[in-house]
Amino acid sequence: MKTLPSTDVLIIGSGWTGLLMAKELSARTPLSITILERGRPRMAEYIDGMDELEFFVRKHMMQDPSTDAVALRYSANDKSRPVRQFGAFLPGTGVGGTGEHWGAVYPRLMPDCFEMHSKTIERYGKDKLPEDHSIQDWGITYQELEPYYARSEREVGISGKAGNLNGKKIEGGNVFEGQRSTEYPMPPTEVPYFPTLFGATAKSMGYHPFVNATAIPSQEYTNPDGVTRPPCAFCGFCERTPCMIGAKAQPTSVFLPVVRKRKSVTLRTGITVRRIVHDKGDEKGTKGGRARGVTYFDESGEEIFQPADLVILATYTLGNNHLLMLSGIGSPYDPSTGKGTLGKNLTHQLQFGVNVFMDKPLNRFMGAGGTGIRMADFDADVFDHSNVGFIRGGVIGATMTGIQPISGFGELPRSLKVPRWGSEWKKASIELYDRVANIGFGGEHIPYVGNYFDLDTTYKNPAGDPLLRMTINWRENERKMVEFMNAKMVEIGRAMGAKDVNPFPGYFNYDVTRYQSTHIQGGTIMAATPDRGVVNLHQQHWDVSNLFVIGASTFPNSGAANPTPTILALTYRTADTIIDKYLKQPGMLA
Amino acid sequence: MRRRHFLVLSAASIGGVLVYSLDRRASRLFAKDKSNQTLKIPLRFFTEEEALIVAAAAARIFPTDDSGPGAKEAGVVIYIDRQLAGPWGRDRYRYTQAPFDETAPREFGYQGAATPREAYREGLKALNGFDKLSPEEQDKKLREIENTHLFALLRENTIEGMFCDPVHGGNVDMVGWQLVGFPGPRMSNHDDLTKHFGEAFRPKPITLEQAIGRKVHATEDEDQKS
Repeated sequence: MKTLPSTDVLIIGSGWTGLLMAKELSARTPLSITILERGRPRMAEYIDGMDELEFFVRKHMMQDPSTDAVALRYSANDKSRPVRQFGAFLPGTGVGGTGEHWGAVYPRLMPDCFEMHSKTIERYGKDKLPEDHSIQDWGITYQELEPYYARSEREVGISGKAGNLNGKKIEGGNVFEGQRSTEYPMPPTEVPYFPTLFGATAKSMGYHPFVNATAIPSQEYTNPDGVTRPPCAFCGFCERTPCMIGAKAQPTSVFLPVVRKRKSVTLRTGITVRRIVHDKGDEKGTKGGRARGVTYFDESGEEIFQPADLVILATYTLGNNHLLMLSGIGSPYDPSTGKGTLGKNLTHQLQFGVNVFMDKPLNRFMGAGGTGIRMADFDADVFDHSNVGFIRGGVIGATMTGIQPISGFGELPRSLKVPRWGSEWKKASIELYDRVANIGFGGEHIPYVGNYFDLDTTYKNPAGDPLLRMTINWRENERKMVEFMNAKMVEIGRAMGAKDVNPFPGYFNYDVTRYQSTHIQGGTIMAATPDRGVVNLHQQHWDVSNLFVIGASTFPNSGAANPTPTILALTYRTADTIIDKYLKQPGMLA
Repeated sequence: MRRRHFLVLSAASIGGVLVYSLDRRASRLFAKDKSNQTLKIPLRFFTEEEALIVAAAAARIFPTDDSGPGAKEAGVVIYIDRQLAGPWGRDRYRYTQAPFDETAPREFGYQGAATPREAYREGLKALNGFDKLSPEEQDKKLREIENTHLFALLRENTIEGMFCDPVHGGNVDMVGWQLVGFPGPRMSNHDDLTKHFGEAFRPKPITLEQAIGRKVHATEDEDQKS
């Protein structure tokens, strides 16, 4: 095997976290940095993304399941099946990763989301916690993360309105949010017709709607690194595509322009990392483990050893788990004994919608991923759960992301009894095409003993390695929460003047084909002690001190909020820790 | 090597629009001579018999009727033929390792072994002579196969062929987009986002090639030797 010259820092993955880590380290240290990316370089012309078939239907920006699938089953007693085509979640590929095709909604987590275990017991007692839960506090708090959230909002460039500025509640912002130290760097975006109606109705019902915080610029914006982006044009090609004018914040439009100028950084594409090569520590823990570098296949298929002093694992949740398992780093989680940590607390943020059929045309082709209105009146523990059969909650909202006709055609009221094809179906679908929209819910998914990652025992990838396996299914807490929210959303839809409403059918078994969200979390979770998590509170691996694991794989539970702001806040914090503490004295951080 | 197959259509039966659009799109078409009332469209995957069946089925799924043009005018069969001949048709982007499990619950998606090409080729055998049936008989036949994998593909691909960017061979002359008022890849709605509350705003549609003024790469063409 060919061995390359050693690099000081090796970063696996060039999405939000990998590029941010490269940016911070290259700005403040002289270290040589090598980034390895499995996918392609950034597309030359993002304007080609304005093609629904190629990008929305054939999913050109997504991980290729023919080489990188996962297997899935509902419980340890079931047989697994491969996810042959991605549907419920859509991991990205290529430079920029999943951040290239995201919807750019940018909410912080609710403060009690970091302390779900203790706060639930404090308010309701231990018995309120669902059976078989594996909820544990993160070990860090919202207050500790607040300055990093603020920094990420300035650098990524967020439009929004504060609802709790230094303790002062401000109408029009999210009055239930955690205390903020700063206002958003840009005012909120404009809001299309349907979400505007939603907001007005929600307000009249006594709720507290606010314009989404989003990485969609409401005006031209220059961030502290000097990177300028134009205001959004609301072209409607946003989620599942890159931004054609570079308005929506993406790793390649926010961090890459800075990283590209740094001579100390090398970015290699078409690289499939196979293993993190490491020396194991001894049993007693007197001598810790040490990563020596990685082996990978380059684009020609040659296997190469890349030595490194410091390794940062910065892929999507699935890749972080898979690579640690294949490399034999950490102790695999065993749900029957509760021992081991690698793979535990797999969560998938809840998302579903209620379709409402309106009287008037909605001009659904205009919009952007983040443009809409939300309300947090049923989020987290904002409302009293004493008399409902579930804990926690989520946000209800209406967003107009831009609807395209292949995916947007044929949504009809269930009360209308027509076949799924033919003249009647066509006529009704044309009439209602621009009159149907979605009230959406994004909710917290609590962790359970039986929802986890491990390696599959049947299915392999083309290199002969076992696929990552997700063992996941919904439980009473999710089903009841969804039922409760569904009813609220139907009520709001009717109050908006909907002629007809399709409630969500409900949460039954986990459905691989229904898009839910690309917010899969856990498996390499953080904890204050090594028996409870894979990484410590600095996202440093408990067993291998020169290995850091960053991304949503370190979240002990899912929030209702989209994870990217928290992912980035944690990455800024880890970058600071590496620069200010670790590099001065390499070893296990206190 | 595959014998060359053509879909032979009467230019009169499909109208001038399709003639114009297909002609503009590919020079290997033989429709330049407007006096020739027959159009010979080279097929990439289907045999002529298969293409006629698929065209007929798509025309029942998305019919041409009082509510406007349908699969016939949009060229849906040409779209499906190109998709099947391209990477999607051979399952380039699906995980295709065994064991397969046709009996898997619906929630796991299609778990069978057949590529879209195989599903069409095999499935269409059961529809032999379909194009020669009356519309009523065709509907009856489609209702019989409504729960098959082939029908799911046919329905899905018909909708795609109605509404895709015309670069992919369907939605000829943007007939599908005009049915629903979709303007295509419109570069900016910045000044219109909040202007038309409650009323239909219907800008004139444009294709991606028109919007950016150059040829666009279509993935399904990757497998074609030019």
